[in-house]
Amino acid sequence: MAKKLGLKERYALMTRGLDWEPSYQPLDKLFPYDSYEGIVIKDWDAWADPFRLTMDAYWKYQAEKERKLYAILDAFQQNNGQLNLSDARYLSAVKLWLQGVTPLEYAAHRGFAHAGRAFRGAGARIACQMQSIDELRHAQTQLHAFSHYNKFFSGFHNFAHMRDRAWYLSIPKSFFEDAMTAGPFEFVTSISFAFEYVLTNLLFMPFVSGAAYNGDMATTTFGFSAQSDESRHMTLGLEVVKFMLEQHEDNVPIVQAWLDKWFWRGYRLLGLVGTMMDYMLPKKVMSWQEAWGIYWEENGVALFHDLARYGIRLPKHHEVAAKEKNRLTHEMWTVLYQYGNALGLHTWVPNDEELDWMSEKYGELFTSMYRPRLLHLRELEQRGERFFNNRLPMVCQVCQIPVFYTEPDDPHVQCVRIVEAAGTKHHCCSDGCADIFNREPMKYVQALIPPQQIYRGEAGGARDIFEYGAWLHLERDVDTGEYRGSPDQRHWQAWQQQHKATPADAA
Amino acid sequence: MTIDLRTTHVEPLRRNFDHIAARIGDDKPASRYQEGVWGLQPAVNFHYRPTWDPAHELYDPTRTAIVMRDFDDFVDPRQYYYGTWTMQRARQQESQEKNFEFVEKRGLLAALDDAWRVKLVELVLPLRHVAWAGNTNNASICAYGFGAPLTSAAAMQMMDELGVAQYLSRAGLLLADNEPRFLDDAKRVWMTAPMWQPLRAAVELSMTIADWFELFVAQNLVIDGLVHPLVFDRFDRRLAAAGGAGFSLLNEFVVDWYAESSRWVDAMVKLAAAESADNAARIVTWTSDWRARIVAALAPLAEYGFGPDGTATLAEVDAGLVARAARLGVALEG
Repeated sequence: MAKKLGLKERYALMTRGLDWEPSYQPLDKLFPYDSYEGIVIKDWDAWADPFRLTMDAYWKYQAEKERKLYAILDAFQQNNGQLNLSDARYLSAVKLWLQGVTPLEYAAHRGFAHAGRAFRGAGARIACQMQSIDELRHAQTQLHAFSHYNKFFSGFHNFAHMRDRAWYLSIPKSFFEDAMTAGPFEFVTSISFAFEYVLTNLLFMPFVSGAAYNGDMATTTFGFSAQSDESRHMTLGLEVVKFMLEQHEDNVPIVQAWLDKWFWRGYRLLGLVGTMMDYMLPKKVMSWQEAWGIYWEENGVALFHDLARYGIRLPKHHEVAAKEKNRLTHEMWTVLYQYGNALGLHTWVPNDEELDWMSEKYGELFTSMYRPRLLHLRELEQRGERFFNNRLPMVCQVCQIPVFYTEPDDPHVQCVRIVEAAGTKHHCCSDGCADIFNREPMKYVQALIPPQQIYRGEAGGARDIFEYGAWLHLERDVDTGEYRGSPDQRHWQAWQQQHKATPADAA
Repeated sequence: MTIDLRTTHVEPLRRNFDHIAARIGDDKPASRYQEGVWGLQPAVNFHYRPTWDPAHELYDPTRTAIVMRDFDDFVDPRQYYYGTWTMQRARQQESQEKNFEFVEKRGLLAALDDAWRVKLVELVLPLRHVAWAGNTNNASICAYGFGAPLTSAAAMQMMDELGVAQYLSRAGLLLADNEPRFLDDAKRVWMTAPMWQPLRAAVELSMTIADWFELFVAQNLVIDGLVHPLVFDRFDRRLAAAGGAGFSLLNEFVVDWYAESSRWVDAMVKLAAAESADNAARIVTWTSDWRARIVAALAPLAEYGFGPDGTATLAEVDAGLVARAARLGVALEG
């Protein structure tokens, strides 16, 4: 009778048991990339595999999920599921996802392949490889889900071209490229821990719950289908950080600096997501302020308290995020609104019901500052003078967001920090970004800053924002600009009429 | 008789994303494979140089000496995107699972005599380490290669090689009534037996190759292209004749996977070689170098596995590689 081998022992044989100590090549030559960051690993065998999945089980589980997902996507397409959305305005959120987030899934796929090659510990390599192939899944399932929207709406068709060029997509692009160009330990800290473990709820919850609230069956389905992958990825994130902290005390300050950096970079990126939550969802899930409270101030902070025993403290500038939480999205929406001629999505002034919701969620500051501004913009639009800022903004050298946020202690004063490297001055949007710059100035001086590229003639020689839009392959007033009166809105209304005229039981 | 079903019809504005339409037009919708790979890798405007490789951009076509007008031409003849790949592997997995049960239940490997069992342990099971190197090498190809069509398939190859290594490990456990002793034996010979050292040295050398297309040729065309026919075809037949047919059942996945993935490997090499005379010349050099190295490394193993027929069997397998390469436009010396 065959003996039952313990699961742990069996998994070890199937993974690190495959590995061997090379004798014909130096170990450092086989793994040249995992030592230069200064992280000390005394014993790779102490790596505890966060999920014990062998390939046979992996294929079985994943195939079940894929079969269900594609069956639903097929049905969604066949039945014109796009007509069941709450409103076509909602699609600005989906456009932003396709242009800005799906490319990050692909970047994660390549970044984890690098980490899955770079670590000399076999257990860590396999964990990263599995995440790499999962991320390919996410990029592709999202494309397949959104492809149907591209057939009926603007702003989707040119995402691959815009992804590499558009000013506002430089925010997510530079974020991920910053992580990918770092060493493998920093990469997994930034993506697996800071992003996937600490902040992922703030990305995934608004989008997927937002999709569910707004009748987007395609996005909801891939979101739910990706959930079990995400929980594996989160587990990996926690394991990586604990492993580094437990291996050597010299690792603690390095990891702390990375957590400071990636908390802030992640938070800045999430400003776009928060704005999507508050402004682009016709049916709201919760406000950015509430989400920040639950997912960071409660859950995230508790996690950092757990790490205190390793000597880890809360990330720098977390208190600034708390001070900004009642204004972040309103400031960001104003930027998106005014630069609408260079966006592959539509913007608008919220209707009265939505403004009331914001007053209720955001209280006095919104009602006294941002609501009047939005009403003013509405008035201009109604007079036929829809406001667009057709000049180029100054952009933060680190997070790439236009420098328009306000001082943490005064929402009336623009926050600008000037940093210097190699004799050149650069602008940052915050102390958080300035700190990141000053820690690695020679990295951030390399950043490509879209407005500066335009001025240098590197955007196809564009001389104004419309030529710039054309260079992004944006069709003016179709892909860009105000939602009201847009072709998307006109089509939507016509299709809704036609849809309602069709007897519900005809099919 | 036709049934006239009425549904809402909404006229689409377009069928394809622009970058897909640029390749195939907008008359018919792209396949999910095409949509899932073309244009997926960022092409320009990289913000920072990798701190681990400052000589290159993050995505950089010059990490290989192979020059292509368009790396998105490297389409996979299997048309695998994640969904089709994982569903295909799940089907194979299910059938492989039944084979394991069947072999175990019927005690199909009990009839194998000890001498053959030792050969199996010492010649076949160490290949789990070779497959593990295949996993590592394809991770490199995925990480440092260029263009989503080729690199996404390399990621699948990376996981497939891990699957091969794990199925071989399961076979080793099954042979030893679920104890690791045969896997331990196999690792010991891999590390210390003189007959394995030339191959282990070559495999370790492959893990230092910087040019990812050279690595593709070394790993996927030459190492796998010689090892698999020699062991999972020629040796497997001998083993079957000696009462070890049960072992073939344990390797069904490995054999089917090799045949299927070879279609992908061949298509990549053929396309790169057909692109230019320079590419073809480089591929000939790489293939020749690695072929010479691996054939020499396999000689003691062939002798161990096939006795006096070892030289002839290896020559036959080598001729198979030469013929395969010739079909791909890679002319090797016979």
